[in-house]
Amino acid sequence: MSDLIIRIGGEGGEGIISSGDMVAQAAARSGLNILTFKTFPAEIRGGYAMYQIRFSTDEIKSEGSGFDVMCAFNQEALDKNRSALKPGTVLVYDYPGGDIKEEVNIDGVTCYNLPMSQIAKKELEMYRAKNMVALGALSELFDISSESVRDTIHSKFGKKGEKVVGINLNAIEAGAKYVRENHKKTDPFKMGKAERADKDVIIISGNNAAGLGALIAGCRFLSCYPITPATEVAIFMSKYLPKLDGTLVQAEDEIASIANVIGAAFAGQKAMTSTSGPGLSLMQEFLGYASMAEIPCVVVDVQRGGPSTGLPTKHEQSDLFMAAHGGHGDAPRIVLSPENVPDVIDIMVQAFNLAEKYQVPVLVLTDGSLGNRTESIQAPDPNSYEIIDRKRYAPNGDGPYKRYELNESGISAMSHPGDADGAYIATGLEHFETSAPGYTPELHVSMSDKRFRKLENIEDELPPIEVQGDGEADLGLISWGSTLGTVRESVDMAIAAGMKVKALHPKLVWPVPVKAITEFASGCKKILVPEINKQGQLAEIIRSKTDLHLIQYNVYGGLPITPDELFEKIKEVI
Amino acid sequence: MTTATVPLKAKDYRSEVKVVWCPGCGDYGVLNSVQKAFAELQLPINNTVAVSGIGCSSRLPYFLKTYGFHSLHGRSLPVGAGIKLGNPDLEVVVFGGDGDGFSIGGGHVPHVVRKNTDLTYVVMDNHIYGLTKGQVSPTSSPGFVATTTPYGAPDTTSVNPLAYVLTFGGTFVAQCFSGNPKQTAEIVKQAIQHKGFSYVNIISPCLTFNKIDTFDFYKDSVAELPEDHDNGDLVQALDKALNPPAGKTYTGIFYKASKPTLIENLRAMNKKVGADKNYDLNKIIDAHRP
Repeated sequence: MSDLIIRIGGEGGEGIISSGDMVAQAAARSGLNILTFKTFPAEIRGGYAMYQIRFSTDEIKSEGSGFDVMCAFNQEALDKNRSALKPGTVLVYDYPGGDIKEEVNIDGVTCYNLPMSQIAKKELEMYRAKNMVALGALSELFDISSESVRDTIHSKFGKKGEKVVGINLNAIEAGAKYVRENHKKTDPFKMGKAERADKDVIIISGNNAAGLGALIAGCRFLSCYPITPATEVAIFMSKYLPKLDGTLVQAEDEIASIANVIGAAFAGQKAMTSTSGPGLSLMQEFLGYASMAEIPCVVVDVQRGGPSTGLPTKHEQSDLFMAAHGGHGDAPRIVLSPENVPDVIDIMVQAFNLAEKYQVPVLVLTDGSLGNRTESIQAPDPNSYEIIDRKRYAPNGDGPYKRYELNESGISAMSHPGDADGAYIATGLEHFETSAPGYTPELHVSMSDKRFRKLENIEDELPPIEVQGDGEADLGLISWGSTLGTVRESVDMAIAAGMKVKALHPKLVWPVPVKAITEFASGCKKILVPEINKQGQLAEIIRSKTDLHLIQYNVYGGLPITPDELFEKIKEVI
Repeated sequence: MTTATVPLKAKDYRSEVKVVWCPGCGDYGVLNSVQKAFAELQLPINNTVAVSGIGCSSRLPYFLKTYGFHSLHGRSLPVGAGIKLGNPDLEVVVFGGDGDGFSIGGGHVPHVVRKNTDLTYVVMDNHIYGLTKGQVSPTSSPGFVATTTPYGAPDTTSVNPLAYVLTFGGTFVAQCFSGNPKQTAEIVKQAIQHKGFSYVNIISPCLTFNKIDTFDFYKDSVAELPEDHDNGDLVQALDKALNPPAGKTYTGIFYKASKPTLIENLRAMNKKVGADKNYDLNKIIDAHRP
């Protein structure tokens, strides 16, 4: 097997997520790469929940297109996925004795019934074990190493005692036994094992990776306000910051969170907050303050469907305008967007480094599906990263301290309260070099120019932007964030099909990397910009800085674009 | 609390920045009293941060030589909390007005108070918005006539800052009058010395825009809390805050209690989990192995 996608669907609260996690863990133990994808209802219990796991012996770039195997815990899951049950796919479904009342037969689809509710209720006398019965059946059907599954059970439930481990192992065995006694496997899907001697693997979600990256960068202060789908970043940090003698605050609202962060950063900390669109809206005034008072800080925005409360648990990339342009006045900022889970770690380190170097707020845009998804990734080496700290003030007897000294780079040395002879007033008012308020035309011009001068050459100061594919292209793709994974996969498909297609993978999205985009575009007959929003926010900000003609591809139904869909689009516009 | 290495006088805390308040503004008295309190405590200039929001009184940090943070309208408290948590060795004193603290910033007060955040909060209460040239504030009397309320403010009740802070668990709550600099300096001093959150409401009249709550009015109406007031008794404190005798405004320390502070609680938590600045990040990575 090189690539297999299993989707598990059912009602939220039925253990869909935990059984999916167990399959993923077991597969990673068997040496396979995994990438998971989840959708949740906005409610805590009830509503349709889905967990999809893609396994591969090769690198996985996206959540993939559709699935090979669907495991339906109830009628709703079956109905929602009916149209995706194409010939060649497999259905495992709860029947008889469960929510699905009729036997299912679909042309070309291999259907295995599994009375998971009935087995859990009658044989095991524990309805909650239904998800483990399904896990047992799936591992039997698709050759998920039973040894890995058992190991996973032991490591997940070991702390709860042998009895709990025993109950779960029994449930797994009951599901496997039903398959052995009632079904003859007729589909071709097998997961098996892979050799992966060279890879030291961890499984981590995008949100946890954001926390890990921040810790590697030296962040020891986070203030948050709970918000879907970003809360996991703070949950991760709340576990580890105290162990590192750091500080986690749950503030009264997002305004207080960013105020805490900017206060702590002024006092000398590397500090951050994590939020989603509605929270970032509230933080705009303070982000302008951080630009004005030149205070380094990092904000992670795990984007969700907007505007307003929007679609709290759904996927969208529609905060780019706000990240780049939000708030009043002319305020320099940096916006970065990682493409996958390992990239989240690297980009978070880069975000802190850039915030420190340029003394500006840096926004990192991930999204709900990247934040929630887990991937098996190469374990990072925390000591392998270059860490940049802000330029600090050292008194040299050269007159009073000029916190906002005008100089060629625009970057002035920063003191921290406690430093001798370094006192100044951080301020949102326009100010002289010493930080005293001033409002003359000359002052506002020179200080505005200073603040923007810092970022004038940022593109040249960062590593070159990766280009996928080479030579002259009939079509070039430019995208951002987690859509880049889909772009990679569909561009590979197009190249394999003999098409002349390439793609640019920017991680710096604001200031717009104009040079790289212009150079890339010069080698392409047409440019396509796929993104998950209605207005084409990346396309618009590229247009604002170049005269390129861009073809937009906007998908905004609350789900990512699949590689198949994008491949079709490529064929259409090329 | 650390102290200055070279003895400092009150004037040593004043910066060269020109004070921009109207002549006769109550805030001059507050500034002098604050300098006096700093000098009595010998607060080191480099280790002290004056934080403020937006408004006339929020300009105060510019007139001090200490570090300062002139933040956003209504946001001085969460900024001050961030600074203190970012470096607990600093002495953080937050300044502002009644509109800044109890209207736009009113949502932060309960939380900074109930966490017993290690800050001193000094509000210069003039019952009016002065910087925007005279609008009704949350502490203005109901019916107050001002530029946006020419027929009188349609409010039923005004905010009582002392009762507000007491209700959310304030551990040091006091009131004074800027026309009494000696008392003000003493109370600010005690507020800074207090462990945890301390609140000082300073009646600081606005001569320019408030023709009701004037110096003359307060000169006659302020009265020290009765000698038998027990400032360890929350019910008495609330009663004195809410029900002063007709025509009287009490000054003095209404309430004082010793409770664990936010920094103490966080330190205890960190200690409990074995906080270690050199904690190996590889342990976190190991926890994510399949």
